[in-house]
Amino acid sequence: MLQLKNLTVAYDDTPVFTDVAVNFDAGKITGIIGPNGAGKSTMIKAMLGLIKPLSGTATYNGQPLRDQQKRIAYVEQRKDLDLTFPINVFDVVLTGTYGQLGLFRSPGKAERTAAYEALAQVELTGFAPRQIGSLSGGQLQRVFVARAIVQQADIIILDEPFVGIDLQSETAIMTILKAWRDAGKTIIVVHHDLNKVSRYFDDLVVMNHGIIDFGPVAQTYSAANIEQAFSADLSAVLFDAKEGQA
Amino acid sequence: MSTLTEFFTALGRYDFLQSALITAIMVGIMSGVIGSFIILRGMSLMGDAISHAVLPGVAVAYMLGINVLIGASVFGILAALLIGFVAAHSKIKTDTSIGVVFSAFYALGFILISMAESATNLHHILFGNILAVSDSDIMTTAVVLGIVILFVVGFYKELLITSFDETYARTYGLHAQLLHYGLMLVLTLVTVSALQTVGIILVVAMLITPAATAFLWTDKLSTMLVMAAGVGVISAIVGLYFSYTFNWASGPAIVIVAAALFAISFAISPKQGFLPKRK
Repeated sequence: MLQLKNLTVAYDDTPVFTDVAVNFDAGKITGIIGPNGAGKSTMIKAMLGLIKPLSGTATYNGQPLRDQQKRIAYVEQRKDLDLTFPINVFDVVLTGTYGQLGLFRSPGKAERTAAYEALAQVELTGFAPRQIGSLSGGQLQRVFVARAIVQQADIIILDEPFVGIDLQSETAIMTILKAWRDAGKTIIVVHHDLNKVSRYFDDLVVMNHGIIDFGPVAQTYSAANIEQAFSADLSAVLFDAKEGQA
Repeated sequence: MSTLTEFFTALGRYDFLQSALITAIMVGIMSGVIGSFIILRGMSLMGDAISHAVLPGVAVAYMLGINVLIGASVFGILAALLIGFVAAHSKIKTDTSIGVVFSAFYALGFILISMAESATNLHHILFGNILAVSDSDIMTTAVVLGIVILFVVGFYKELLITSFDETYARTYGLHAQLLHYGLMLVLTLVTVSALQTVGIILVVAMLITPAATAFLWTDKLSTMLVMAAGVGVISAIVGLYFSYTFNWASGPAIVIVAAALFAISFAISPKQGFLPKRK
């Protein structure tokens, strides 16, 4: 289990959230939802050690997460990437082996094989020699999921993986996430498309400058929680419509 | 063609010209390789800044009679740290911080050089004086070339991933900041070596132009490094030929050749050339 306790993060003295406590279970796909600026990405970055929290701890199976950095794979938002970089699809996936290799060891045959297999899993084998700038948003997202496969991590964190991608890519990525879940890994997905919440996730964390609720989707994806995190209007639209259909 | 024959005859005859050529080739290789990382990391301005910021180090080294590499390295790293410090501890953006710090270092350098007037020639520091390369200069350049190659081969993976996707590198525990300062140190060493060949003002051209030329031709980092080194070497040799034949200053001659190679590549390279593509 991945556990956050008393987590407080601030940018320039303005707290994003204070004393956050939340658990992520293994063998579950956990979605994190909340409005823009709710602190979803911030919480993840604090977990990853990319930003320094004011206080709080992150542990995995009782041990500090900080000491188990190599067990985490992170699929970040693609918008900050330099798509003109001289690197092809295969080599991007291969960078997934860098953490395990450590310093002064180059990827060998085993690593290259792993990279090819991961590319096959996301159905991009034919794209291996292509420069990354020539890919669509969905294809590119699948490349980074392939890199996460190669990392053989126990915890996989994805930040808005379905934004601006095609349906085929979304389906391919969901298939991988389910395979990871069935293998007992901890999967965390920052998400903002509320429509697919109950279809995609087992557990849910509802956020708005702090945790509003977390637990199984059936309990947490409720009119009350959505109203508290987003707005009464949105809650009414989502949940009335649902009951109308049913 | 007779000037070409003349150049090669002179090359066989004069030691100073051989020394110049060997140094220029080594500088061409190292600046192409390090320059590739500089442009891929979007640090062209930083490259320019560091190359200017070593000036006070050069002056201090002359004053104290220590190796120029040591003096320059100290000030190069100091400038890099100060630029990072100002940007991190204020709302000032990095490019502004670079502008403030490097101009201050450069100004300090001029003042120190004028104080140490007797020992140095400002003109040579600014524009290079490749025809006065000594044996110990060649040795120093060779050592720096060795360091550059060891650094890039040893940390190739790490340089690649921090240049392409630093966030990811940090999530698996790579100390990206340390590597950044390592690169700045190596950049400083390259700058000092290139100082004699092309002078402080044009060092940035040797870092950026061959690397940018290579970038136009390839989609693979390792190929880009080799090509950038190649463009650097060709520029050095052809530039030296022009310098010797037409009595041009060596620095501008080498840089103008590199710029011409870039212009040709810009027009005809398959990646982003102007000419119609045939595929």
